[in-house]
Amino acid sequence: MSTDVSQNLITISVDGKEIKAVPGELVIEAAEKAGVFIPRFCYHNRLPQVGMCRMCLVEVKGPRGFALQPSCYLPVSDGMEVITESDKVKKAQDGVLELLLINHPLDCPTCDKGGECPLQDQTLTYGPGESRFAEEKRHWEKPIAISDLVFLDRERCIQCDRCTRFADVIAGDALIEFIGRGDHTEINVFPDRPFSSYFSGNTVQICPVGALTASPYRFKARPWDLSQVESSCTTCSMGCRIMVQSSQNELTRYLGLDSDSINHGWLCDKGRFGFEAVNSSDRVTVPLIRKNGSFTETTWASALSLIASKVSSAKAAGDPNRIGFLLGSRLTNEDIYAWVKLAKGVVASDSVDCQLGDGLSGKVISVLPRATINQAASAKAILAFTGDIREEIPVLFLRLREAIKSGKTKLATIGTHASSLDQLSDVSVKVSPDQLQLLARELMQESSKFPDIASLFTTQGVASDGDGLVVLLGRENLAWDRSVAEAFAVELSRALPKAKFLITIRSSNFAGGVDLGAVPGLLPGRTPIEDASLKLRQKWVNLPGRAGYGAAEMLKSALRGEVDVLFLVGSDPRQDYVDSVLANSALDQVGFVVSVDTYLSQSSSMADLILPASSFAEKSGTTTNLEGRVLTLNQKVTPRGLSRPDWTIASEIALELGEDLGFTSAADVLDEIAEVSPLHWGLSWHRLTRSAALEGVVIPISPTSLSIRPNAMLDQVSTPGIASVWNQGLASSKTSFLENDSEGDIEQVAEAPSQATRGLGESIWPLAPIQLLGFMNLVYTPKLYSHGEHLKNSPHLSHLAVEAKCRISGRTANDLGFETGDSVRVADKAGGEGLFELEIDDSVRDGTVELTRGSFAISGFSPVRIGETVNYVKVERA
Amino acid sequence: MSFFTPENLGKAQVLVGLYPDKRSALIPLCHLAQGQHGHLSNEAMVEIAELLGIQPAEVMGTASFYDMLHTEEVGKYLVGVCTNVACMLGGGLELLEHASDVLGIPPGATTDDGMFTLEEVECVAHCDKAPCAQVNYRYFGPLADSDFDRLVDDLRSDRLSETVPPHGVLSRVFRDAPAMVPLEIIHQERRDMDEAKKARLAAQNQDAGGKQ
Repeated sequence: MSTDVSQNLITISVDGKEIKAVPGELVIEAAEKAGVFIPRFCYHNRLPQVGMCRMCLVEVKGPRGFALQPSCYLPVSDGMEVITESDKVKKAQDGVLELLLINHPLDCPTCDKGGECPLQDQTLTYGPGESRFAEEKRHWEKPIAISDLVFLDRERCIQCDRCTRFADVIAGDALIEFIGRGDHTEINVFPDRPFSSYFSGNTVQICPVGALTASPYRFKARPWDLSQVESSCTTCSMGCRIMVQSSQNELTRYLGLDSDSINHGWLCDKGRFGFEAVNSSDRVTVPLIRKNGSFTETTWASALSLIASKVSSAKAAGDPNRIGFLLGSRLTNEDIYAWVKLAKGVVASDSVDCQLGDGLSGKVISVLPRATINQAASAKAILAFTGDIREEIPVLFLRLREAIKSGKTKLATIGTHASSLDQLSDVSVKVSPDQLQLLARELMQESSKFPDIASLFTTQGVASDGDGLVVLLGRENLAWDRSVAEAFAVELSRALPKAKFLITIRSSNFAGGVDLGAVPGLLPGRTPIEDASLKLRQKWVNLPGRAGYGAAEMLKSALRGEVDVLFLVGSDPRQDYVDSVLANSALDQVGFVVSVDTYLSQSSSMADLILPASSFAEKSGTTTNLEGRVLTLNQKVTPRGLSRPDWTIASEIALELGEDLGFTSAADVLDEIAEVSPLHWGLSWHRLTRSAALEGVVIPISPTSLSIRPNAMLDQVSTPGIASVWNQGLASSKTSFLENDSEGDIEQVAEAPSQATRGLGESIWPLAPIQLLGFMNLVYTPKLYSHGEHLKNSPHLSHLAVEAKCRISGRTANDLGFETGDSVRVADKAGGEGLFELEIDDSVRDGTVELTRGSFAISGFSPVRIGETVNYVKVERA
Repeated sequence: MSFFTPENLGKAQVLVGLYPDKRSALIPLCHLAQGQHGHLSNEAMVEIAELLGIQPAEVMGTASFYDMLHTEEVGKYLVGVCTNVACMLGGGLELLEHASDVLGIPPGATTDDGMFTLEEVECVAHCDKAPCAQVNYRYFGPLADSDFDRLVDDLRSDRLSETVPPHGVLSRVFRDAPAMVPLEIIHQERRDMDEAKKARLAAQNQDAGGKQ
């Protein structure tokens, strides 16, 4: 706690004990911090208080003596006297619980919440024990499915308003509501309007009774069967903190952990229910080798020696850059480092990339000043030139939504298509690629061609050098080459040197990939290959002689037959590369494709050799989220079959090649990262796993980047299901949770060594003119439920996958003579064609076609072609 | 296909424009829809939600809260018999029983021909005419059994259409909504009032001080 706050503390007395409290804080919070737990149901630290359940009544002294008041609705004031335990309070608690239980069924033995239920627990602790109500209880049809993922048992509901408040206030999807009045009140959805929110799982997480249950967890386990570890979700680059729970060595549930800097306890449904993919029966569990066109099982030893011989002969042939490495988003920092060390430090190939044409160049990412999520949420103003955050990084959308709705910051969006951020923004400008450059140069100038943005930012107090501005930079439209966004960002950073950037690329751990050298031209610590440090030279036997290929060049040279061996480590270019035509034809030409994968993906099923990799929660390590925060990932279940963690596989391959990477554990790898990379200086497994590091550590480490675990974690009722497992689950579940090891937090950290960041080597590509006769503008973006292995292997999510539709505006449809439901032929610039169902959507701009990435896979058709700065498509009647 | 008739849609848009926060027009729009259709159908609630930029579930939450907003179909005439104290002493319970017999339905139900819905209601402030009933919120009382029979007969044969409009029509005279007073004027008036009050208090204090 900083000193300026402690000076303003006031004193209140709770049960005769004097405690310090922050002005404006609620009595229930102040008491909790002082170790006095007041029972509650409706109160949740991340939701606006409503004072509905009356469970938190305490005696507060007023002008007429002590009276009962709800402590969740009463801010502290100096000298306030509070009594939380007295006959009067006890009588009130007895009464409230007796009333709540009038209609609540006693079906605890068959209820999923049994054992972790705040109503059950608090009835036992504070309740009267007997009820005077002998009448028949309410009955409803049960359970009813209010969405594909959430079931509702209405008779269990105690009307605390948590789910409805979350849906309305936090998620902005007020699809569930109180219906009726008095004893007829129920929670329900509107007929034929299911609770199909991306965030519906959070209502299950915060429900204080068993009224809302999630279909993937129903009747799966009991709290006392579970064990748990803290980890971070790797579905996208947000890195939401989660509690991973398992039963009998099978993952059963993820629950969001309340992290101040990251997710505030919330998760998106794709992340929350994605654990099913780990349990999938379609996992690759043994090394597979292609023989006569089909796969046969092989041993690790023979697989590894085959790889070694292929790599050695390719290397002997000359250019090591002809051995390519595409690293995917499954990898931890340790995995990435080990593979980069294998590629660059052993094989001496610089052809390593961690992005599939859907990101931004590593060099650009590394020269832009980074903003953290909290800085974005408290910036004076935000400028967004990014894909739809709600579709790509859903929990970041919740954080931004909260910040903007509370008036802490204001938002301007620029781009080519309507996005969910537009609903939150004060200014929304649609641009063409050449306007972008102008906008970047003149953003804060009086003469700006975009006066709305300039005046919004000036009113908000953004300085003329960009101080106070945070830019959300991602791939707004995949139909525009990444160079457009890069040129914009670099220009903007030149014009506004104090503006900070939050890179909003969806792909998990892209930041770790860039920081650890999984991009051509860079070494760990974002050091250019020609500037390798002495430390690195000591640890690495080899270094690439010259810069290698990124994904695009790698695939193009593969097409010319110039790639001999290609490692796909958790990477599925056939499915995920933006130019699928290039990826498919290029991969066919590669001499030897090794896929290190968890599933038989489109790419691995065409590979020459598949090595089974451990999945999420089967290995420990760290990940770096989009703001550069290093977070721990912990193992919960044993790796499936013969699968191994990716860093081990890299080590084994190196050994076969006659070099020892020198790692015996993931912690070893992290230690070496901290040693050779100036950016990761000061990191250690110990520092990251200390209880104080729930929030992870933002790199480079500075004295302020270590944050303190918030006390919110103490609230057992805010996320039922965590404390219960900790208290009564299996022994192994006793993680560091709830320990308050604040001593370590004041540990001093020396100044990090200064980082050498260099200007951009490459020049900005010229921009193509925007109008081409006969073609229409293309908007090509992903959705949350775009197809992928993760979705395909999660049974409860797979049916949510988006449908392939070609969306155009009503006016354009009118001009072309199309109607909704028509079948149309979409032709890309290289002549590939695909058939789509037409949908009229007036949020699409006139003259523009919107296609969803990951909604289709059509041979020979790819709306985005590498090499085109701006992609266009033709639409004709089929 | 729009639920509101073009005329009512115009009225709805005027109502929406009346409030600084569109959502404030929710209950007026519910009345408007009920006036058009007799009850709030799902289709009506969806359209109200669209007009206000909120979710249909929120409209349903509000509509289902109020007894005078009906989310299920009701008869052309909603007959509410009061059984609160004054009416009960005057024979309200007996009247309700009689009404139930005459209409052939229990309280809460609608006749098969869709003419009548019977309700048991709490005090409707017509105690001087106990036992009383209301038909589409128009009062009738005191009602002996024979009076009630005549009332039903009159309603069936449309003889009371001047007095009792179909269900949902609260008033047959619609006033034009007044032009919205700009917020600045309201704020200015409030400031003026505050200042006047301050001046008055200051003068009073001075008076009191002078007397001492």
